[in-house]
Amino acid sequence: MEAYKRVTLARKKTRPTGQDFINNIFTDFIELHGDRCFGDDPAVITGIGYLLDMPVTIIAQERGKNTKSRIKRNFGSAHPEGYRKALRQMHLAEKFNRPIVCLIDTSGAFCGIGAEERGQGHAIAQNLMEMMSLKVPVISIIIGEGGSGGALALGVADEVWMLENAIYSVISPEGCASILWKDSSKTKEAANCLKLTAQDLLELEVIDKIISENHRDFKNVYRELKLNLYKRFRKSQILSPEILTQTRYNRFRKFGALDITK
Amino acid sequence: MISKGLFKKPKNELEDHHWVKRQSDPAIPSELCRSCPSCKQLSFTSDLDNNFHICPKCGYHFRINGRQRLNMIIDPGSFTEHHQNLISTNRLEFPGYEEKLEQATLFSHENEGVITGIGKIGGYDVALFVMEVTFMMGSMGQVVGEKITLLFEYATEHHLPVIGFTVSGGARMQEGMLALMQMAKTSGGVKRHSDAGLLYIALLTDPTTGGVTASFAMEADITLAEPEALIAFAGPRVIEQTIRQRLPKGFQRAEFLLEKGFVDGIVPRNIQKDALIRLLSLHSIPKGGDDHGSL
Repeated sequence: MEAYKRVTLARKKTRPTGQDFINNIFTDFIELHGDRCFGDDPAVITGIGYLLDMPVTIIAQERGKNTKSRIKRNFGSAHPEGYRKALRQMHLAEKFNRPIVCLIDTSGAFCGIGAEERGQGHAIAQNLMEMMSLKVPVISIIIGEGGSGGALALGVADEVWMLENAIYSVISPEGCASILWKDSSKTKEAANCLKLTAQDLLELEVIDKIISENHRDFKNVYRELKLNLYKRFRKSQILSPEILTQTRYNRFRKFGALDITK
Repeated sequence: MISKGLFKKPKNELEDHHWVKRQSDPAIPSELCRSCPSCKQLSFTSDLDNNFHICPKCGYHFRINGRQRLNMIIDPGSFTEHHQNLISTNRLEFPGYEEKLEQATLFSHENEGVITGIGKIGGYDVALFVMEVTFMMGSMGQVVGEKITLLFEYATEHHLPVIGFTVSGGARMQEGMLALMQMAKTSGGVKRHSDAGLLYIALLTDPTTGGVTASFAMEADITLAEPEALIAFAGPRVIEQTIRQRLPKGFQRAEFLLEKGFVDGIVPRNIQKDALIRLLSLHSIPKGGDDHGSL
């Protein structure tokens, strides 16, 4: 079961998390906290730092490394304040003309009483709408698990890249098996059907690039990401905001627009 | 091991028989009467038809289909439907999806989970979408996303306000990530419409959940809801399973969202059209004719 093997690799406890990517790709990172509405969500790290000589805004979902930090980070499942904090940083990036890097790694937006009370759906919806018209370049990278709307809320970008063993799915394979077939033992089959691997999603044009990885050593991954991000941002610097937003709109507009006229 | 039935009072034969008889042999045919899921009272179907499918006893709003809703809102004879013939294909080759689509088409008499088009409400020109609960729970796949985006693009081009009735179980998992991408796509359409200075009113009906709540349902300028409608990102069952505790009564209902500040108002079905006309009028949209003034 190829797809399910990727699911386990993407969720592996020893896999580097958002903070590792920040530490190894950017320099002089300064974390900036809070959504200015309710609180600070530790499941999302936001801040500014250098990508080589270029100041950038970084937004990363963080699931934590050990039991204590995983609890603090709520296992990477953000509340609405996490998404609102991200949006605040995106608007600051726009104001100061900084490119934005989003690192996605979450099993999904948190499902709980507080999250619903404070408008989880509303928070995600606002991000989707606002990201579509950001006047600065945005690149999103799925580094581990891309869980549905909670991942997409940081994924409306000019380009979406994915690590070789990352997954990106509309629903978890467990959820799919239990809802569709009322049978949680069919998880592996569901993983196959959902087309959630990087290779599948490249073919469906949901993502634009696969970053190959050696899952014991991420040094090459960091280096490749650093260079690719830098090159990509240098290229988009010459584009006007109108072209940038139009291209982003077209990137998402194409899904379902071509093959359904029957 | 103690048997589960140990402390159950055994039913005597007569009781059992009586119960079975009552269940399987209703005295009144179901087409004539409907029982209210909320207060359990019976109402004549004809009374319900004349009362916007609202229970005359307790005010419960029965679920209705898209065409019924359309008839309640739009001025008679003014509706022109768009892209009625778009139908879904099974691009991911998801097992059983074709059969599900076929069943949904037969059951709902619709080609997909949303009806879109243009028409008039109280003489005001509007672009309108009405989601269809009887087509796979109004779930959003590529066709639903495409029709809604096309509607917003049309409305932007023709300077029309958009009125949208939502009802949805969320993104359609049989279309995988292509369904999730519709959240971004529709949001792009809404954003452009909004940036053009145009009005979008969403009316959330029971149930509006998942990927639809997390996209165009929560992106309107004015967000209204039907009484007691379930409006959620994660459904109550998912939350109960995640946090392992019972949810408070009324949680995620329209009234709860009003209290928390996520909807502008709750509007019963019988006054929805009036409410929309008043809002349209306040946004100074030219009344009918070919007078296309600025909005």
